[in-house]
Amino acid sequence: MSETIVITSGKGGVGKTTTCANLGVALAIQGCKVVMVDADIGLRNLDVVMGLENRIVYDLVDVVEGYCRLRQALIKDKRVDGLFLLPAAQTKDKNAVSPEQMKELMMALKEEHDFVLVDCPAGIEQGFKNAIAGADSAVIVTTPEVSAVRDADRITGLLEASGFSKPELIINRLKPKMVARGDMMDIPGILDILAIDLVGVVPDDEYIVVSTNRGEPAVLQESSRAGQAYRNIARRLMGEQVPFMDLTEKESVWEKIKRMVKLG
Amino acid sequence: MLNWFGRKQAPKDVAKDRLRLVLMQDRLAVAPQTMEQMRDDVILAISKYVEIDRSGIEFTWKDIDRKRALVASIPVISVKRGGISNDRTAQRSY
Repeated sequence: MSETIVITSGKGGVGKTTTCANLGVALAIQGCKVVMVDADIGLRNLDVVMGLENRIVYDLVDVVEGYCRLRQALIKDKRVDGLFLLPAAQTKDKNAVSPEQMKELMMALKEEHDFVLVDCPAGIEQGFKNAIAGADSAVIVTTPEVSAVRDADRITGLLEASGFSKPELIINRLKPKMVARGDMMDIPGILDILAIDLVGVVPDDEYIVVSTNRGEPAVLQESSRAGQAYRNIARRLMGEQVPFMDLTEKESVWEKIKRMVKLG
Repeated sequence: MLNWFGRKQAPKDVAKDRLRLVLMQDRLAVAPQTMEQMRDDVILAISKYVEIDRSGIEFTWKDIDRKRALVASIPVISVKRGGISNDRTAQRSY
């Protein structure tokens, strides 16, 4: 049974590409055969986040337009077995492909892979419609901010209107210290507002910046907290029951006093 | 926005309150064409009974006490004869 999952958010900059890269690597480590598809035509980035930018020969549009065979465009990751990337075209625009062509492409990729992960562009225009066209399910990435949660709600509505029965949520960049102080929305608060199922929470982790700089997804780093969260999410996507990481942090007495003096 | 001790509401609660409100508006958003159709249907219904000034019609959403309301302001020029009669036969004739 193979599955195509689109990773989307509405808002840009919440961590869709990072999520796609990390889940791809984590699923492959678990022994799945995975292909990551960069559907952000014209603004590709999954290649650099994965550190595979120097190995691109053909891209998604080349495949769709018949300039090369699908297999020729797939870049094999040398760090993990069974992991492939289909890069987006950088010089074309999002109208270069149609939802029908994407559907066909997804069907072809599903034949040879357990998981097809589609990195969706920001926005709700043609690029979004293309990215969701051939997907079986959807994962929505948000951060604990008003603008990102609002867009996640809008995307949920659009996905449901397109026939996705149960989109799942990843809350990214949660800062446990800020939540403890009451300065950031907490997980139950966000879930209460969005009313969709949670598939994972990724704590804010400076290592993500380092990993993106290097082109090595954080799941490859054992000590990374975000990497651990992504490994857990990957196992949940495979159908395992994995308990959520404890991200609650207590404010120390000293911090509490400082805060009260400042605000009181 | 101050609580019992005169302290400001926690930022996370401000965020939640603002989100609830904005999502309510987003979720109730209606396409402009639908709004126009709704407006035309309302005008048609009311015109059976009263003569109205079509140029002065206002038909919009307003947020009242954290609830969305459809507010219509329709200037009436005159009441049609028989239009507000309690006589059922008079109404049926329209």
